[in-house]
Amino acid sequence: MRIHLQKRDSRSTLMTILVPVASLLVSFLLGAIVLALSKADPLVTYRAMLRGAFGSQTKLQYTIAKSIPLLLCGLAVGVAFRLKFWNIGAEGQYIAGVIGITWVMQFWTFLPVALLLPVGMVVGVACGALWAAIPGVLKAQWSVDETLTTLMMNYIIIGYAEYLYINAWKAPRGNMGTILYPEAAWLPRIWGRVHAGLYFALALVVVLYFVLYKTRWGFELNMIGKNRRAAQCQGVCIKRNIILGMLLSGAIAGLAGVIDSAAVTHQLTKGVNAGYGFTGIIIAWMSNLNPFVSILVALIMAALETGSDALQILKLPSAMGEVMQGLILIPLLAGSVFTEYRLAKSGTHTEATA
Amino acid sequence: MNAIDFTTNLLAATLAMGTSLTYATLGEVYTEKTGVLNLGMEGTMLLGALAGFATAFKTGNLLLALFMAMAVGAALSLIHAFLCVTMRANQVVSGLAITMFGSGLANFLGQRLGPASNRYNLTGMNLSSRFTNIAIPYLCDIPILGALFNVSILTYGLYVLVPFAWFFLYKTRHGMVIRAVGENPRTAAAMGISVSRVRYLYTLIGGMFAGLGGACLSLSFIPSWNDGMTGGKGWIVIALVIFSAWNPARVVIGTLVFGGITSLQFSIQAAGFKLMVPAQFLGLSPYLITLLVLTAMTIIAQKRKGAFASPSALGSAFAIDDK
Repeated sequence: MRIHLQKRDSRSTLMTILVPVASLLVSFLLGAIVLALSKADPLVTYRAMLRGAFGSQTKLQYTIAKSIPLLLCGLAVGVAFRLKFWNIGAEGQYIAGVIGITWVMQFWTFLPVALLLPVGMVVGVACGALWAAIPGVLKAQWSVDETLTTLMMNYIIIGYAEYLYINAWKAPRGNMGTILYPEAAWLPRIWGRVHAGLYFALALVVVLYFVLYKTRWGFELNMIGKNRRAAQCQGVCIKRNIILGMLLSGAIAGLAGVIDSAAVTHQLTKGVNAGYGFTGIIIAWMSNLNPFVSILVALIMAALETGSDALQILKLPSAMGEVMQGLILIPLLAGSVFTEYRLAKSGTHTEATA
Repeated sequence: MNAIDFTTNLLAATLAMGTSLTYATLGEVYTEKTGVLNLGMEGTMLLGALAGFATAFKTGNLLLALFMAMAVGAALSLIHAFLCVTMRANQVVSGLAITMFGSGLANFLGQRLGPASNRYNLTGMNLSSRFTNIAIPYLCDIPILGALFNVSILTYGLYVLVPFAWFFLYKTRHGMVIRAVGENPRTAAAMGISVSRVRYLYTLIGGMFAGLGGACLSLSFIPSWNDGMTGGKGWIVIALVIFSAWNPARVVIGTLVFGGITSLQFSIQAAGFKLMVPAQFLGLSPYLITLLVLTAMTIIAQKRKGAFASPSALGSAFAIDDK
């Protein structure tokens, strides 16, 4: 007797909730094995990570602040993934946003200082959207493989950003980084390290939920992702929606960059490619592309990052957070099959006909 | 420095650079031929580089280092095969997960496997032995092309493996089975071929090649360990597979061109020429060229149906009882 997979009649709701939660637990278990094998005490390390992420008010603030760009990148990737457009380029679109706002802050000096922030944000978001639109158009017009184009565009803009902060836009002092934005144009803090970007992120969650689940356009995006041919038969314009979807996705990733640089770094400098775009992929997939669930997942991912930063001081390996983030998707992918399939014993009557 | 010396040096650098790319690209060709897309190359190469370097550092045994690099490459691809073949997971997301996990694990182990005197870091450590160039007498004295006969054993290995891969895939019965599985799994299954077994096997083999490609970097090209030292080469590999139209014979052209572009910036600097463009622009040029070539090729493929066609079943899961 063999056990094999049999298609369910409909998606299992229980499994859509159970699988991500179980995956999280499994990945912590697997992480413990990795730690034990590399001669680090798993319990000590996890406790240190937990304390590093939530141990004090300041640490909690750091974690929340970190979760803001992560959440936005997760939302950005989620919009594209809904279309089954594999946007691996949120990283680059994020950097395009940072470049855009830095350009305004540094060179649009004719503007009154009060206008620098709003104008900079708009320009940054537009840069992110345009950078994303290029692979969008290539895909829509000539079906050029988007995983590769978005990825290559990451490396291109990382190189360009490096050129800007080392050569063209470098501040007179120091050997890298642009001059800081004028202090009056910074995005204000609302609670310690937590800045006003949180309002933008949370508002966007609500708006996106409404757009994606309650409007005709959201329905069209979903249909393209689920069943492209059916969408075509319904008269949905796929080309236009791919480009629009990518504009939105890139705009959100650009917003993440704009907010993080206006509130935290205040300049374009080394470390602008922090990997938020890649973490965004994990967030989008773990939350099953649901904006509200993304908030929670982004917080967990942020905790993994701030938690592993704390490991460095304790001389524990700080790359553990990276391992954990990579690990989380594996049990999730293995488990997600159970939302559409169930285990069945072969050799039973129904199987004989298959 | 005269033009002939410059060209010879550039070719030598291109071969050293291209070796790593060619191993990984060959591996990905084997995998994709069976219909499995493995976007985990970047992570697999990085973990292979780490495994090779760590083994060579601890034991000084280069062959064992190569073996370990292949073993971890296979192990990482086993996860991908399990997710995509058995659990029917999305191949794109699974590949990304493999890359993120592989890179994370490699960077983590790089902070753990070093000596206590270096705070357990492998970065900054040197190898007692590495793969050095072996010159074939007389042949290596030919102007320019002599560079082809003064390379490491890893590169010589490719002189055999590339023609073999082409012969194996296109001229043997087993190669036909592989192509059948990638083109039309349903028919292959009807012929009595186990689609899952073939896909598992060649995903593992692809991972072994990727591990080897990573080890080429850390044991020969730049004998050292650095966080993220593959720097996106695993993604170039995915593009090179498309450029080669899934044909091992054409893989070499792609890797030589891209190895050449990447080496050019170093050769120009080494030759003492003043750079006309900032170094960062040269650094990003391989990615820009990949983007442009990929776009051009896709458009040509659409105009001329059948040119650069991918295996028909690439990226899709297969189960015999699916409707």
